[in-house]
Amino acid sequence: MAVKLSYREYFKEDALPLMWCSGCGNGILLRAITDSLADLQIPPHQVVVSTGIGCWGKADDYMKTHAFHGSHGRALAFGTGIKLGNPDLHVIALMGDGDALAIGGNHFIHSARRNIDITAVVSNNFNYGMTGGQYSPTTPLSSKTTTSPIGVAEPAFDVCGLSEQCGANYVARTTAYHVTQMKRMITAAIQKKGFSVVEVLNTCPTHFGRRNIAGDPVSVMQYLKDITVNKSRYEKMDEEEKAKYLVTGELVNKDRPDFLSVYRELNPAASETGRGESK
Amino acid sequence: MSRPEGVQLMEGNHACAWGAIDAGARFYAGYPITPSSEIAEVCAHELPAYGGTYIQMEDEIGSIAAIIGASLSGRKSFTATSGPGFSLMQENLGVGIYQEVPCVIVNIQRVGPATGLATQPAQADVMQARWGTHGDHPIIALSPASVQEMYYLTIRAFNLSERFRIPVIILGDQVIGQTYENIILPDPASLDLVERKKPLVPPEDFLPYQPDENLVPPMAAYGDKHIVHASSTCHCETGYSNFKYGTNRQLLTRLKDKIYNYTDEIIEVEHFGPDDAEVTLISYGASSRVCKYVVGEAEKEGIRVNLLRLLTIWPFPDQEVREALGKTGAVVVAEMNQGQLIGEVNRVNASNTPVHLASGIDGELIRPEIIMTSIREAVK
Ligand SMILES: Cc1ncc(C[n+]2csc(CCOP(=O)(O)OP(=O)(O)O)c2C)c(N)n1
Ligand code: SF4
Repeated sequence: MAVKLSYREYFKEDALPLMWCSGCGNGILLRAITDSLADLQIPPHQVVVSTGIGCWGKADDYMKTHAFHGSHGRALAFGTGIKLGNPDLHVIALMGDGDALAIGGNHFIHSARRNIDITAVVSNNFNYGMTGGQYSPTTPLSSKTTTSPIGVAEPAFDVCGLSEQCGANYVARTTAYHVTQMKRMITAAIQKKGFSVVEVLNTCPTHFGRRNIAGDPVSVMQYLKDITVNKSRYEKMDEEEKAKYLVTGELVNKDRPDFLSVYRELNPAASETGRGESK
Repeated sequence: MSRPEGVQLMEGNHACAWGAIDAGARFYAGYPITPSSEIAEVCAHELPAYGGTYIQMEDEIGSIAAIIGASLSGRKSFTATSGPGFSLMQENLGVGIYQEVPCVIVNIQRVGPATGLATQPAQADVMQARWGTHGDHPIIALSPASVQEMYYLTIRAFNLSERFRIPVIILGDQVIGQTYENIILPDPASLDLVERKKPLVPPEDFLPYQPDENLVPPMAAYGDKHIVHASSTCHCETGYSNFKYGTNRQLLTRLKDKIYNYTDEIIEVEHFGPDDAEVTLISYGASSRVCKYVVGEAEKEGIRVNLLRLLTIWPFPDQEVREALGKTGAVVVAEMNQGQLIGEVNRVNASNTPVHLASGIDGELIRPEIIMTSIREAVK
C-alpha cells in the first residue's frame, strides 16, 4: 500500500514563520486546506493553487503543490485556463474578499454561472488587509475602516447568497473559529465537480479588528462566534432575528453538470482526444 | 468547415486561426471585438475537432489570464482582440512575460483611442505593444502584411513563444485581418514547429526558473511531477517569491538578455525595390503594401525609391534599420498613426539621415498620395 500523505506533503514547512500578523486566521485556513488534501490523498502534483493578491493571496508561498500567483482579482480566470488546459487537475483558488468580490467580482459570478470545476476558498476578513485596512465589498454597513473613518456607507455582499444565485454547485460558510467544520467543507468542496465556494469568515485583528472590535486576536475570534449561527438554528429564526446573524453551514450542495462536461457533450470530438493532442 | 486544402480565397483572420491550429494551438480564450472576432469564430468551430477547447471569457482580462493558465497546464494557447481589449490585457501581459509563459496575443488594430473608429484600420498600438504593461520587460511583436503572411507569422509567433518562453504579439490591422486573398495552406506535417523544452532533471532536482544555457528555463506543466511555482512576485530560481537584494536585477537582466542576445533568431525584414535609392521607405503591415505600389509610382516621377519592410517590430531591428539609413539619401516612415515607429528609426539614425513621416490617420488604408507627398518633400 502506498505511503499515506500527511499535510506536510503540501505545506512548505521550511518557509516558516508565516508572514501573517499574529492572530491572523490565514494560518488556520492553510492548515485546513493541507489537511483536507491529505485526507483525500490527492498527490501534490495533481493540485494547483491559484492565489489572488492580498494577505491571503500569499498562501502559495507556503504550498508545495503546483502554484500560480498572478494578478489582483484574477485567480479564477487564470484557474479557468489551468483547469481547461488539464482537466485532471484539482484547481483551488485562494482569494480575499476584495480579491474575489471587488476587482474579481466579474470572474467570480461567471465562474459560478459557468460552473467551472474549481474550488474557491474565500477568506472574508471584512476588509483589505494587505493594503492597510480599507473597506471592501464585504465590510458590514457602517463599520470603520481607513477609508470609511465615520462608517462605511455601502451594504455588504452576501458572498454565499451571490454564489448560490449565480449557480455554484457547492456553497458553504464557516469561520476561522470553526476549524473542524472548515476542514469538512473544504474536503467536500474539493470533491465536488463544478464550482464550489467555501467562505471563511476570518480574523484581521490588525485592521478590521482593531477599528471595530478590539485589537487582540481573542476578541476578534469571539466576534466571529457572536455574529454567526448555524443553519439549523438560523432556519428556526424569524426574519428580524435572522438579520442579526450570518448563517454558517452547507448552504448549497447540488450536481448541475460542470462547464467541461457540457462542452464535451456538445462537442464529442473534444472528449475523445482529452488533453488536446492533435489529431 | 474542415481544414481548407489547396488554393483558397480566405480572410486574414481565418488564416490567423488556421496558422494557430497548425502550430498546435489547442486552447483559445477570448472576448468578441471587431475587427478580430472571426478568429474566435473559427476557433469555436474547429478546436473541438482537434481535441482543443474554446472558451468565451467575461472580458479580455479573463481571456489573457485563461490562456496563460492553459499554457502553464501544457497547452499551446492564444487569444485575439483589438484596441480596447488589448488595453484591458496589459496587466496580465506583464504576468505572462514575468512568469515566462509561452502564448500568442493577436491584436487586429483599429482606430483609437477609446472606441475610435471601431471597424477601421490603424497601426497605433505599436508603442502600446512595446510598453503597455508596467515595468521593464522585453516583448516580441510581429506584423503581417498579407493573408498568407498572417498564416505563417502566426506559426512563427507560436514557435518564438515556445523557444523563448514569452508572450508574442501579432500586430495585425483591420486591412490584413479582414481582406480576402488567395492563400495556400501547406501540409501541416511539413511545418517546422517548436515545442517548449521539457526539464531533463528528475522532479526532486527541478527548479522551475533555473535557466538553461540559452537563459530560458526548461518548462514543466501543471500536473507533471516536476512541481511548478509560477509567481508574479519577484522570484528566484525556485519560483517562490524572493526579496533579497540582487534577485530583481538578476531576473530582469535575464529576461532581457534571453531575447536581446538572440535577436538574430527573431528579427525578420524584407528588402524591396532597387538596392540604391534616393529615398527608402520603412514600413510594416498593411501600410507596407501601399509602399510597394508607391515604389513604382515614384519611379514614374523619376525618383528611385526602395522599401525596408519590417516583419518583426519588437525587438526593433536596430541593425537593419541603421544600415538602411546609412545607404540612402532620405527615409520616409509610412505608418497608420501619428508617428510611433519613426521614433525608433530616429533612435538608431547614426548617419543623421533626414527622416520624414507619412502618417495615415484617416480610418482607411493609408493612401499612396500621402506617402508620395512625403517622398517628394524628402527629395526637394
Ligand atoms: C490592480 C491592482 N489594484 C490594487 C492592488 C493593491 N492591492 C493589493 S492587495 C489588495 C486588497 C487585498 O484585500 P483582500 O482581497 O480582501 O485580501 P486580504 O489582504 O484582506 O487577505 C489591493 C487593493 C493591486 N495589487 N492590483
Ligand atoms: S493585515 Fe490582517 S489579513 Fe493581513 S496578515 Fe495581518 S491580520 Fe492577516
